Amino acid sequence: MIELLNITKIYKTVSVETKALKNVSFNVKDGEFIAIMGPSGSGKSTLMHILGCLDVPTSGKYLLDGRDVSQLFDDELAEVRKNKIGFVFQSFNLLPRATVIRNVVLPLVYSNVPKIEREKRAKEALFNAGLEESHFNHLSNQLSGGQMQRVAIARALVNNPFLILADEPTGNLDSKTGEIVLEAFQKLNFKQKRTVIIITHEFYVAEHARRIIHIRDGSIIKDEINHHQRIIKL
Amino acid sequence: MKLSDLLRETYSAISMNKVRSGLTILGIVIGIGSVVAMISIGQGAQGEIEANIESIGSNLIMIMPGMQAGVGTQVRSGWGAAQTLTQEDAEAILENISLVAAVSPEISKRYQVTAKGTNTNTSVIGVTSSYPAVKNRELEIGSFISDQQLKNLSKVAVLGPTTRDDLFGEGVYPLGQKIRINKVDFIVIGVVKSKGGTGFGSQDDMIFIPLSTAQRFLSGDKYVTTINAQIKDQNLMTLAQQQITFLLLERHNIFDPQMADFSILNQSDIVEAASSVTNTFTILLAAIAGISLIVGGIGIMNMMLTTVTERTREIGLRKSVGAKNKDISSQFLTEAIILTFIGGVIGVILGWLISFVMTKFFDITTVISVFSILLAFSVSAAIGIIFGYYPAHRASLLNPIEALRYE
Ligand SMILES: Nc1ncnc2c1ncn2[C@@H]1O[C@H](COP(=O)(O)OP(=O)(O)O)[C@@H](O)[C@H]1O
Ligand SMILES: [Mg+2]
Repeated sequence: MIELLNITKIYKTVSVETKALKNVSFNVKDGEFIAIMGPSGSGKSTLMHILGCLDVPTSGKYLLDGRDVSQLFDDELAEVRKNKIGFVFQSFNLLPRATVIRNVVLPLVYSNVPKIEREKRAKEALFNAGLEESHFNHLSNQLSGGQMQRVAIARALVNNPFLILADEPTGNLDSKTGEIVLEAFQKLNFKQKRTVIIITHEFYVAEHARRIIHIRDGSIIKDEINHHQRIIKL
Repeated sequence: MKLSDLLRETYSAISMNKVRSGLTILGIVIGIGSVVAMISIGQGAQGEIEANIESIGSNLIMIMPGMQAGVGTQVRSGWGAAQTLTQEDAEAILENISLVAAVSPEISKRYQVTAKGTNTNTSVIGVTSSYPAVKNRELEIGSFISDQQLKNLSKVAVLGPTTRDDLFGEGVYPLGQKIRINKVDFIVIGVVKSKGGTGFGSQDDMIFIPLSTAQRFLSGDKYVTTINAQIKDQNLMTLAQQQITFLLLERHNIFDPQMADFSILNQSDIVEAASSVTNTFTILLAAIAGISLIVGGIGIMNMMLTTVTERTREIGLRKSVGAKNKDISSQFLTEAIILTFIGGVIGVILGWLISFVMTKFFDITTVISVFSILLAFSVSAAIGIIFGYYPAHRASLLNPIEALRYE
């Protein structure tokens, strides 16, 4: 369960003060598949940073799995990210010149999982993210975009997180490979009951989620159940 | 984060950029290598000079005529300089001071020496029969000057090996040959063994004749230029020196020690003075080498800063998956330390090779000490820490959001 209460984020620079989020409140139940949608500059990334504990709000309360994480220090935030959050980025952010397995194993390095177990969990995550086993020992920069993003999804999964957060995960992909990636998210949600939040500015992408939160100028303008969820069957 | 993981991450980071890592290591290798080589040369020189001084004899106190003079100041000596010491002084020292095991008075001056048409310019030293024992000299062939020959003012000579070669050429049997010193003929009765030493003037190019003969036929007076006294116990050198001073002051009727007409050199003082000179020499060499070490350290820092900038996104990613500031800084610091450590190991080997080559092909004595190797290692570790700390600290403070956005 995630609860956001009156989250406000203000960026202060020397000359200007930007209110990126204004009193944003909503709840996320375990196992939901949500898209946060809005035009550029509406505050999506800011919201994702707060949801993902990469940043803290200027004011407001954020309860993650029952714990208030809105006022934590850097290292406490890192601890929360390590245990509760899996990120998928628009630009994949894989370690180049490192194998697929090593990329997926990376979060486990910081959580002291024994070495023998790491590989097992990495393979399981890759399997759940839908990457063929023949690619497991390839270098990450030898993969196609769709494959790279599935490696990134596996990396987000490997810690068995409470929440998977994806920021424009199809933004660097053509529509066909984009669908492959969206299908991977849907499978994780349907089969494993994982909580997934996708951030996007494209309605086509948001359509694949069960719930869509519309955001504009830092405020939620609409929060609806998507009765026409587009299901991908490949 | 476990140490094994830290090392594995470091290994892959270093091996991902082999060329740059190699060049960085090279900087450290040159620095550490030159420090080790320079110190080994310095310590080698020190050892050699000390050995040279020791070879003069052991537990020696040297008394010379003239004003008080410390080590390093010019001591006037040779015939024609101050004439204050006599053979009787030497005998009195042996008789009255129980700490003295033996004395060897001598008189020396350079002369033109001829033999069968060849001639050479060399030191002629008038000595007594105690000379070989006091000054650590052994005979190669023949015999040394005897008490009988001293008493008889015999015109006999014992040659240094270099002098023998100069006068007769190598391979000629010298015993019984005639040589002429200052228009007086001498018969060669022995040749001393080589001392080999370099520096400090050769101890192999000299001629020994009886002291009494030298005084009668060459100098024409009763003075000596040096009295060597051998002391029984090394720990009592200072005491012996004091006793000799008092005895000679008394014998020369001098009441103010400042006005002494002789000066005394203690062998350990000479060793000390010489080693302080070579110490300075070693430090100077090490300092020059240290500069290249600092340059190597700056190379490490430069590479680490570049690496941090290049890997900004990776740092952001690591933070997003839960790496703490400390995890990031220890990763980069470990990288710097491992690089300098590798450089340190190779550098020590290189330094060792350089000093080996120096000894083998250039005949320069070198000493590789545990101290210099430990110094090299601790310096390289310190360089890794000092020059790696700032880049590592910078990396750890990167904001994950901005780091992930970095192009
Ligand atoms: N670090 C920052 N410093 C100052 N202003 C920022 C910063 N990040 C975002 N903003 C501003 O906050 C607003 C929301 O930005 P963002 O959350 O990135 O929107 P989106 O992801 O929807 O495009 C924008 O006006 C942006 O300029
Ligand atoms: Mg954005």
